[in-house]
Amino acid sequence: MTFFPLAATLSDWFAARLSFLPGWLFPEEGATLLAATIHTLLITLFFGLPALIFIWAERKVSGRIQDRLGPTRTGGRFGWLQSIADGIKLMQKEDLTPQVADRFLFQLAPYIVCVSVIATFIVVPFSSGWVAVIADSGLFIALAILSLEVLGIVLAGYSSGSKWSLFGGMREAAQMVSYEVPLAIVAVIPVMIAGSMNLIDIVDVQSGGFWNWILFYHPFAFLAFFVFFTVTLASNKRAPFDLAEAESELVGGFHTEYSGMRWSYFFLGEYAGMFLVSMLGSILFLGGWWTGLPFIDNTMIAVSGELFAYEALSRFLGMVVLLVKSSLLVVVQIWIRWTLPRLRIDQVMTTCLKYLVPISCVLLLGTAVWPLMLATAFQRTTILSPVGERVSRPVIKTTSNPEDAVTVRGREAEDRG
Amino acid sequence: MEQVLFAIYAIAACGGALGVVFSQSVVRMAFWLVVSLGATAGLFFLLNADFVGATQLLIYVGGTVVLLIFGVMLTSSSPFASLKMTPAELLQGGFIGIALFGVFMVSVLAVDWKHVGELLDEVHPSQAASGFNPAGEGNTARPLGTALIGVRFDQDLWHNDGTSSAVKTTPSTGYLLVFEIISMHLLVVLIGAAYLARAKRRESET
Repeated sequence: MTFFPLAATLSDWFAARLSFLPGWLFPEEGATLLAATIHTLLITLFFGLPALIFIWAERKVSGRIQDRLGPTRTGGRFGWLQSIADGIKLMQKEDLTPQVADRFLFQLAPYIVCVSVIATFIVVPFSSGWVAVIADSGLFIALAILSLEVLGIVLAGYSSGSKWSLFGGMREAAQMVSYEVPLAIVAVIPVMIAGSMNLIDIVDVQSGGFWNWILFYHPFAFLAFFVFFTVTLASNKRAPFDLAEAESELVGGFHTEYSGMRWSYFFLGEYAGMFLVSMLGSILFLGGWWTGLPFIDNTMIAVSGELFAYEALSRFLGMVVLLVKSSLLVVVQIWIRWTLPRLRIDQVMTTCLKYLVPISCVLLLGTAVWPLMLATAFQRTTILSPVGERVSRPVIKTTSNPEDAVTVRGREAEDRG
Repeated sequence: MEQVLFAIYAIAACGGALGVVFSQSVVRMAFWLVVSLGATAGLFFLLNADFVGATQLLIYVGGTVVLLIFGVMLTSSSPFASLKMTPAELLQGGFIGIALFGVFMVSVLAVDWKHVGELLDEVHPSQAASGFNPAGEGNTARPLGTALIGVRFDQDLWHNDGTSSAVKTTPSTGYLLVFEIISMHLLVVLIGAAYLARAKRRESET
């Protein structure tokens, strides 16, 4: 089955290992199903875990910023278990539905938010080759699925039958519809630089040192990262763009009428979404799973395809690097939330339509013109490398095992460059 | 497996469509529309057409339906807008719907699909163009992009069984010009709509 390219390799692995089992125990599709189950479990884990960690981090960081200690007692000195205690509390709460609410949509809305965030993790790679689906248009699919999250929020706001919720939902809809424009334009900039919408290819061109990161590729890309970060703040309804919930004006905004688990689904979705866009930001601009230090990067490239254990180790290291980068971005998001005041709705719209859209258009044009200018004026592809050479970095080794999809992919990226 | 997934998505698409027809509340209709269009996107993914599937999600589900709900929220006078139909409307709509369904069913059933499949296999063997990422695994972004500017992997560059017998003498036409014209039209419509909406307000103010 070709629908899950990497699952096919994992399922091939299972098929090869488990072929001794009798047919009734391990049918033909069993390997694919097993691989798909593992992928699903891992993705669900990555949906739940960031929420657990970052809700605690949010409390702790906000406490420190406001000169408090934050949680200190639950689970030892630092309040490690605060999120779990929260979770237990929320699960015990009564699941209420207002009498005037549209019951069916009201109960369904939190799941739409959750599912859209979980589903986006399908195409986002965690390390070189560690991705559920390697898709050629991965970035496009990720943005498309992520755009469904707004639907859950809007439905929640509408179906609650409360004026506060309706206002929250409408603000969210207006905000999202306008912020998707600069988001899409800015996301195209790394695509233009890397020459691919495949997230793995985009990271591959950034190996060899932090000066190869798309962030430092040219001034337009540098600015594009900050526009991307601002827009993702808005698309996750984080302060200063959290008008949909604005607790000082709208009680709770779109989630005013929710309680218990349904309420917490919104926040699981929000924190996982924060982590997800931070991962996308790291992948697109900050070198993904490359450390940015040439000696470590080159070692990681050199051992790929050498031995299974080495390769797994280097990929694991890559995953840790990516997760650390994205976690740092999430901490910056938290920091911004507790530093900046909330904007008014007209200011939010002005920021998007009068500033971010024109800026992102200029950045897009600049990205298109920059290589041309460099090539004609200085005979260079980038500032660091002469014409004909895309990025100065070592050649990815030819593997002894040509079936290995990831290394083959790396070679192709090399040929293309 | 693919059959099972196809059945799930197909049932979701048809069920969603029926939900749109039979529900009374406008926003519920929009929700069922999301189910139907989302399942259609799933069918595209199943057919290894990743790009089309993602476009379906982005434009129809993420864009159009959200705008639809947004419009309902802005314009409806009562909390939950609902559509009540008169029996005459029901009869008219039902008749047209059933007639259209009949036409589709007749034309679908009139084709010998097995024969068509065999014929297609002769012209285009179900084998993707090699190189880069095989399109057979849903990696259609590159072929689509080059087709837009007028280079078709499957027609211009691809040789049947390795010989140059199948190379066409006339290259394919690109879709770039058409695409640009359409987008310019949309832009004009957008600006016109914005202008008309603003003009009305300006008149009423004075």
